[in-house]
Amino acid sequence: MQQIINFIIRNKTFLLFLLLFTISLTFTIQSHSYHKSKFINSANFLTGGVYNSVSNINRYFNLKSQNDILLQENRELKSVLYSSQNKNDTSFVKHYADNKNYKFSTAHVLKNSYSSTKNVLLINKGASDSIQQDFGVITSKGLVGIIDNTSKGYATVISILNTTSKISAQLKKSNHFGTLTWNGISPYLVQLIDIPKIAPVMVGDTIVTSGRSSIFPKDIPIGVINDFELDTAENYYEINIRLFNDMTNLEHVYIVENIDIAEINNLLNNRNNE
Amino acid sequence: MNSLIYSNMLRFSVLVIFQVLVLNHINFLGYINPYTYILFIILFPIKNTRIVFVFLSFLMGLTIDFFSDSGGIHAAACVSIAYARPIFLKFCFGTIYEYQTIKFNNVEFGSKLLYISLLTLTHHIILFSLEIFNISNVILTLQKTLFSSIFTIILSVLLTVIFSRKT
Repeated sequence: MQQIINFIIRNKTFLLFLLLFTISLTFTIQSHSYHKSKFINSANFLTGGVYNSVSNINRYFNLKSQNDILLQENRELKSVLYSSQNKNDTSFVKHYADNKNYKFSTAHVLKNSYSSTKNVLLINKGASDSIQQDFGVITSKGLVGIIDNTSKGYATVISILNTTSKISAQLKKSNHFGTLTWNGISPYLVQLIDIPKIAPVMVGDTIVTSGRSSIFPKDIPIGVINDFELDTAENYYEINIRLFNDMTNLEHVYIVENIDIAEINNLLNNRNNE
Repeated sequence: MNSLIYSNMLRFSVLVIFQVLVLNHINFLGYINPYTYILFIILFPIKNTRIVFVFLSFLMGLTIDFFSDSGGIHAAACVSIAYARPIFLKFCFGTIYEYQTIKFNNVEFGSKLLYISLLTLTHHIILFSLEIFNISNVILTLQKTLFSSIFTIILSVLLTVIFSRKT
């Protein structure tokens, strides 16, 4: 007993080092699996508050470019609205009627990073605005990510520039779908894998969300095909996609909530239990 | 003694704020950021007990992790260099360290540069291997380590020169 205590006292620095190193390794490994980083995230009172107050100042410097983006979006929406009224195009009516299962709310991006391989955004809406895990986040131009952790007033978003993020996406002109991933190299290019060899893939084709995941509605734009090649087994394409969104300059985002998500999950769980 | 505690507390908070609000947003050439907050570990007074030092370094890393949503990578890297610091001190300063009389303000510039570079490189290698966490991306890890280290070393040396009090 005496010897054990002596050993502990003699090596106390090393033991403390070992303990702290293990703790931090545990946090690291948790952060590498999807939706597991419960404890270490910036959606808390202190870090959220600091980022919020700094973002209040920074916002003034981007007013001009953000106004341009909002104007452009307004112009697109106006043109959709008036052309659909004039032509009485039923496909537009149907398109917007289909999307009534989704509720949209707005938020500001407080913190954005794109230099690491696991990029996480912080936004200024949280649990008190009834934002929950697994809601989608988009901008007027395209996809941004999925809500991860929420606190009372803030939420973190796993960006599509995160090597753990996997989102279902498809070709716009045909229904071949695959998984959207990121290899961690360029913030302007993401990768679409698992597109079957039979699909008609061309450089410049548009990629949209597939609506299969019950997080995002169908047909949210993502980007255009930059280049593509067959994978090593030569059965599937690996496609580099140039994003419509400039992920390095995000300010206003929309949060998408699928109203039917509880019903869908319930149905899927019942199916699995049988 | 008290002034030592206060000055280190001040240094801790200033370095955290500076790192989180300024340096994390530099993104030079898209991905190169300096991590100058390790100046806290580099310049921590040597006479203090090691156990407090290791714990404070862990706290420093964890604070940065909280701000940058990075799991525990900064904490792990900080704890490692804090634990290994005596080895680097002995290697770089030799006998001055043995007599416990180092003042970082008036040591030779060459050995100070060596000391800062070695600690920075070790920190960055651990940091980026944990961040990327993938052996097949070894080239990316080394590339990020090299470029960020150069940036960090230059900035750290500049900061120590600017804020050194000649006595």
